[in-house]
Amino acid sequence: MTDSPLRTTLPNGALLSRLRAWYSADTPNPAKRVQFDRPLTPWLFLLPQLAVVVIFFYWPSVQAVTSSFYIEDPFGFGSTFVGTENYTDALTSSQYASTAMFTAFFCVMVTGLSLGIGLLLAVKADKVIRGAATYKTLLISVYAIAPPVAGLIGMMFFDMHIGPLTDLAAFFGHDLRVGINYWDTAFALITISVWKQIPYNFIFFLSGLQSVPVSVREAALIDAQSGWRRFCDVTLPLLAPTAFFLLVINITYAMFDTFPIIDVVVKDKPANNPITLVYKVYLDGFKGNDIGGSSAQSVILMVVVAALTVLQFRFLERRVHYG
Amino acid sequence: MAHLSLRNVGKTYAGGNQPAVCGINIEIADGEFIVLVGPSGCGKSTLLRMVAGLETTTDGEIRIGERVVNTLDPAERDIAMVFQNYALYPHMTVRDNMAYGLKNRGASKATITERVNEASRMLELGPYLDRKPRALSGGQRQRVAMGRAIVRQPAAFLFDEPLSNLDAKLRVSMRMEIRKLQKRLGTTSLYVTHDQLEAMTLADRLVVLNQGKIEQIGAPLEIYRKPASTFVASFIGAPAMSLLDAFIENGAITLEGHVLAQIGNMAGPVTLGLRAEDLRIAKEGLPMMVEHVEELGAQRIVHGTIGAQTLAVIDTGEAAVQGAVRVAIDPDRLHLFDTTTGQRIESKRQTARELAL
Repeated sequence: MTDSPLRTTLPNGALLSRLRAWYSADTPNPAKRVQFDRPLTPWLFLLPQLAVVVIFFYWPSVQAVTSSFYIEDPFGFGSTFVGTENYTDALTSSQYASTAMFTAFFCVMVTGLSLGIGLLLAVKADKVIRGAATYKTLLISVYAIAPPVAGLIGMMFFDMHIGPLTDLAAFFGHDLRVGINYWDTAFALITISVWKQIPYNFIFFLSGLQSVPVSVREAALIDAQSGWRRFCDVTLPLLAPTAFFLLVINITYAMFDTFPIIDVVVKDKPANNPITLVYKVYLDGFKGNDIGGSSAQSVILMVVVAALTVLQFRFLERRVHYG
Repeated sequence: MAHLSLRNVGKTYAGGNQPAVCGINIEIADGEFIVLVGPSGCGKSTLLRMVAGLETTTDGEIRIGERVVNTLDPAERDIAMVFQNYALYPHMTVRDNMAYGLKNRGASKATITERVNEASRMLELGPYLDRKPRALSGGQRQRVAMGRAIVRQPAAFLFDEPLSNLDAKLRVSMRMEIRKLQKRLGTTSLYVTHDQLEAMTLADRLVVLNQGKIEQIGAPLEIYRKPASTFVASFIGAPAMSLLDAFIENGAITLEGHVLAQIGNMAGPVTLGLRAEDLRIAKEGLPMMVEHVEELGAQRIVHGTIGAQTLAVIDTGEAAVQGAVRVAIDPDRLHLFDTTTGQRIESKRQTARELAL
């Protein structure tokens, strides 16, 4: 390593030599150590990924944090430093509070239902022997639908004039008015979001189930007669790593990735419809042109999600048994 | 504790045109240790799993004690099974693994503690009770699997190649332990293995299976001494019995033109079975060309040819063996088999010997 060509072409690279020292430090496992002739080569390989992360995550994050301390002129004629005013405005606003409450409710419902139904379907599909592939394909195929399209299909189902689900509700005596009635809209949002997420959970739960060793299941078959007991005592604990991963992913999904669905459902609708925090960030920033306020909200959201994820890892993961 | 009986038991898989197992009749006495042995694919595991209830039984009747168990769930059959890969619950401690079956059967806390403690004392698992299976060695895991079976005090133990995943040395010691434990508990046991040595050493009675059918049932020595067919002859005993094409003419059996013994009134071609341990290198006898020699320390196995046919001979002599030698054969220890059916032929000579014994 002492006489690499790079040293001759770039003789006074202090940073580089430090990098090299770090890079060529002995790793405890020699089998895992990959040798590159030039210290820059690994960075070259990392570059595309790093570029994506920096351009699409770190840079906007920094931008958001900075602009959250300013009030921007709606027409772009400069900005004024206001300190934490944007934050206090957001946190004391009753509208923000009610959106936050709805977001929490929405998250719990979407995560709970899509995990629950996904698991139920996976357990049932795992038992199907004849035509198993067809079942699985049909159940998984929804995942290939893009979220805005899912939103559109959902809207057709919930349409006040032609929607079959509206007809179904009418049959039970309820006048379903999605886009007008707050809770009707919430119901539609949750239904569509859950429907879109079930296949994802289904795939993971199914593969999780199939990785439970057959002999362990058979041992349980001899030890416990009740299928429910076997499921609770043996299958579920062995699924815990999968379930934990899906919990983290599903909460993130409910918080962020449901944006297109919400957009399709509530866009251009009159009345006071339920929205999540992410959608409010977008509304305030791009519809309301309040860049500062919206930035503050997105920073708050970022902190909340980070905290939530840390909490999950600290308190839930301890109970997870990795095989 | 109970006797076990399989009556005309068979299984055909859906869509399969040939039965995986068929016409199995075994009566197992209370406390007996039965070993099912055969090459892979002979249906021995399927048969065991049918007794356990993990596979459906399509024909016949399986009884445990007085109950016909064909349609009962595995948990209702009052059996305990030890699996090849242990099948311990990875998320439970050793204690919970053993207690789980009892707990589900509504045993009291006191009973569970007592039985788990007793089993762990028997299997020397005391220090590991609070560990998870992954923190145990292969041998210890197999003990836990045994413990899980023991605490239940079932009518029968079912073992599905329990020692196959252990190294050779551990296998030998665990084999003895299983035997001792079973003797002590007196629980009826059904044990599946493809290892004929394991089968010989463990069994009260051996059941040799081939292609889903029983080839022979009997005590290990009985099967060793009087294999019912060429299949059993070549499967039981190590090195495998040499099977050679011989001919009976004028009441004398000849091998490659050499007369071996007077047999009696039979004629025609015959398959001759010779155990390596019944042959010896001597001054007189059949001429054999030595091909290669396996040194085992206490003895050596000499592989050679007589004419175009191969033969194994055990030699305990000091001198090295090579080139052309002569092999002496005890005429009382010849095994004769039908050339087409492979079934054993009882010669007069043998019958006479048995009467003498």
